[in-house]
Amino acid sequence: MKILLVDDSRTIRNIQKNVLAQLGHTDVAEAADGVEALAKLGQDRPDLVLVDWNMPNMDGITLVRKIRENDTALPLVMVTTEAEKSRVIEAIKAGVNNYVVKPFTAETLAEKIEQTMSKAAAAAVT
Amino acid sequence: MDVRFINPFISSIKAVFRTMVNTEVTVGKPYVHNESAATADVSGVIGFSGDASGCVVLSFPKEVACKAASAFAGIDIDEAHPDFADAVGELANMIAGNAKKDFAGMSVSISLPSVIVGKEHVVSQSRLCPRLIIPCETGLGMFQVEVAMIVEKCQTGMARVPVVAAAE
Repeated sequence: MKILLVDDSRTIRNIQKNVLAQLGHTDVAEAADGVEALAKLGQDRPDLVLVDWNMPNMDGITLVRKIRENDTALPLVMVTTEAEKSRVIEAIKAGVNNYVVKPFTAETLAEKIEQTMSKAAAAAVT
Repeated sequence: MDVRFINPFISSIKAVFRTMVNTEVTVGKPYVHNESAATADVSGVIGFSGDASGCVVLSFPKEVACKAASAFAGIDIDEAHPDFADAVGELANMIAGNAKKDFAGMSVSISLPSVIVGKEHVVSQSRLCPRLIIPCETGLGMFQVEVAMIVEKCQTGMARVPVVAAAE
């Protein structure tokens, strides 16, 4: 499974990579903002994208909206410090499939990723 | 003491360090910043805008910053490591973001983090805004979180109230 991590913090991307490695996922690409992510998405469509909200150049919510203009099926998980209910609703309306609030435990991130992929697999069958 | 704005930061500091740094934080009594306030070697700064404006500054002595960054990233990080500033900035980002969710009735945005590295520096404010310092003690050493915030608007009708004035 190919996964794209989009976060301006390399530390967070490394933490996410460690969690993904524990889940057996090592085919991971990285982007530091929405612009870089869109360029990578255009080259090679991943199976899952983890996306931060607050980033330079293009933020995560704009990236999600741009992805959903052309791809309604790609599983997207927002991983962000934005924890207000209004922000979660905004992200869901924009098209994210799941939402993880920072700070997160490895267990929470792993659970949300597996939950998202299970739902995506079920949707693909139906 | 009106704890509407300070308690969210205290809760957030504890949650971020417990979850991401695997360290419990004991918070001391917050106090108003004065001329004799401690200097720092490393500071992560996040700005607030919207219904509240100001900033939060996470400040460490160098040794404590290295220990916290290392525990957070899961690798040994010293001040020369390319991820050192990134790790400190992200901790500040999480503290600010996690705190603002508890500002009831307010819509607040946070900036991207800035990190200042320099022995015994002081972070000055460019606008007149009282600052409250939250002293923090951990097994890694002492650090502090400085909150300088003015409420611009909230649903309770309180307007342009400095956080410190509200806390006294």
